[in-house]
Amino acid sequence: MNILVCVKRVPDTSENEIEVNSSGSDIERDDLVYSVNEWDNYAVEEAIQIRDKVGGKVTVITVGDDESEEILRREMAMGADEGILLSDDAFEGSDGKGLATILKAEIEKGSYDLIMTGAQADGGAAQVGGMLAAMLDMPYASLVNKIEVLDDSKIKVGREIEGGNQEMNEIDLPCVLSIQTGINEPRYVGIRGIRKVASLDIPVHGAGDLSIDAASVGEAAAKVKRLDYFVPDMGEGAEILEGSTEEIIEKLIEMLKAKGGLK
Amino acid sequence: MAQIFAYIIHKDGVADDSALELAVAAQAIDPSASVTAIVCGSGIDAVCTEAAASYKEVWKIDSADLAYPNAEVVRKALVNILPKGAVILLPHNTFGMDLGPGLSVKLDTAYVADVVGVEGTDGNNLKLIRQEYSGMVSTHVNADISGGAVITIRGGAFQPDESKGAGGSVTDKSGDAGDLGSKRRFLEVVEAEVGDVDITKSEVLVSVGRGIEDQDNLEIVEELAKAMGADVSCSRPIVDAKWLEKSRQVGTSGQTVSPKVYLACGISGSFQHMGGIKGAPFIVAINKNPKSPIFQLADVGIVADILEFLPELTEAVEG
Repeated sequence: MNILVCVKRVPDTSENEIEVNSSGSDIERDDLVYSVNEWDNYAVEEAIQIRDKVGGKVTVITVGDDESEEILRREMAMGADEGILLSDDAFEGSDGKGLATILKAEIEKGSYDLIMTGAQADGGAAQVGGMLAAMLDMPYASLVNKIEVLDDSKIKVGREIEGGNQEMNEIDLPCVLSIQTGINEPRYVGIRGIRKVASLDIPVHGAGDLSIDAASVGEAAAKVKRLDYFVPDMGEGAEILEGSTEEIIEKLIEMLKAKGGLK
Repeated sequence: MAQIFAYIIHKDGVADDSALELAVAAQAIDPSASVTAIVCGSGIDAVCTEAAASYKEVWKIDSADLAYPNAEVVRKALVNILPKGAVILLPHNTFGMDLGPGLSVKLDTAYVADVVGVEGTDGNNLKLIRQEYSGMVSTHVNADISGGAVITIRGGAFQPDESKGAGGSVTDKSGDAGDLGSKRRFLEVVEAEVGDVDITKSEVLVSVGRGIEDQDNLEIVEELAKAMGADVSCSRPIVDAKWLEKSRQVGTSGQTVSPKVYLACGISGSFQHMGGIKGAPFIVAINKNPKSPIFQLADVGIVADILEFLPELTEAVEG
């Protein structure tokens, strides 16, 4: 099976406090730790496991700048066979549809049976996979937490739905899936693994290579534009208990007793 | 302003809570708009009648092919039925996320996901509020809706309008749905496994999140719960890491709980997690990050590392 996984380099929210910069034009990017989007990492692990079971190839792809190459290499160290970087000044400021348009152009140059994305990334829109599927006229399933290959032409997938339930579907190949966290346990990648793939070639494709009309992507084509970042005024929020740990615990126990949290 | 449509999610013949919230979101987008509810499914007259109490117009799309709401099939029907330039509202749940992005491509409209607020409309520009980075920051976005829009609305972001005085009428559009064959076929729903403890019945929950850092540290949470006579629940990362059973997970993709007291330990408070807490419990948040969104949602907050704080609390509770 020929599998393509779309990945993204994002600020790691478990390693950083995300703050808005002074003008509200962006988040504070100094000293941010970046990593591969958590959902994408599960998708790559799933692709590797499928390949190891039924044979084939795993390609990882991203739209980004030079620095995005490091996450492709990380996923190749995990076990992906090839990486492709889609990079061009014309791609900057693309909205979800712009990104899907860029990915579609590269996908149509190849021949993939299964295309995966993470269920969502840092923007939280969970949109690129579904858009890509519709543009490619392929069937789509989101929030996938189980994949079983039935034969060369179809797979069975579980989708995570409300209440911890799982919706089982049969889907014809080729198809696009967005992958939910928890579908597997992504393998650890050490520094030695990354060194091993350090010299592998990662082709960079721009708008010209992909025959993309620059007007169809980037900021000018975006129907949805972010205007600013801000921290909403959420009212008073929680009453923060202050003082020494003993004082805080004393206050807390009193409150818990009053609210029925302690007998 | 274009016509606004609201997609009604329903189960077992009853409309989802989102049905009443979308009506309010539509009003916020354009107070003068006529808003039409869309009900897809098989044998859906009761849901249509219910929707007509809150929407002036209801479009019914009834087909055996829609017996289970498969987003791929629903999309085909909607593309055939919706007028050009329409604004379509969906709930930002597992169905809306499945349907929305592809629908916006097929209708060639703007797509805005997980909207939490509406600032207003200026001509073809619709200004909306959404969040990024797991709710750590908010953003204003501008959507060019000259060609229509597909917008998913976060559950709970708009207070539902319970007045039910619309007195709407139902129009049967089933005949316009077209070919509903699909390359994705629904098989079955596998119900969540029932765990050793039913946290939906717990009065006091000690809930643990990413801040616990390591599986071995779970012990301190279990000890506190034992001392308090509480049950242990958790947020999604703990289940993803396979440290606790799925049946212990609180959130929209896990269990919906309604305890009297909820102790959120090392939990950031994503909307998916908070969406699983109902009935206005007394929420105590303990988190070492003072900027964590959980402090906006809790009643009482303690800025502390749970690895140090919880053992001391346990000791004090034990007396």
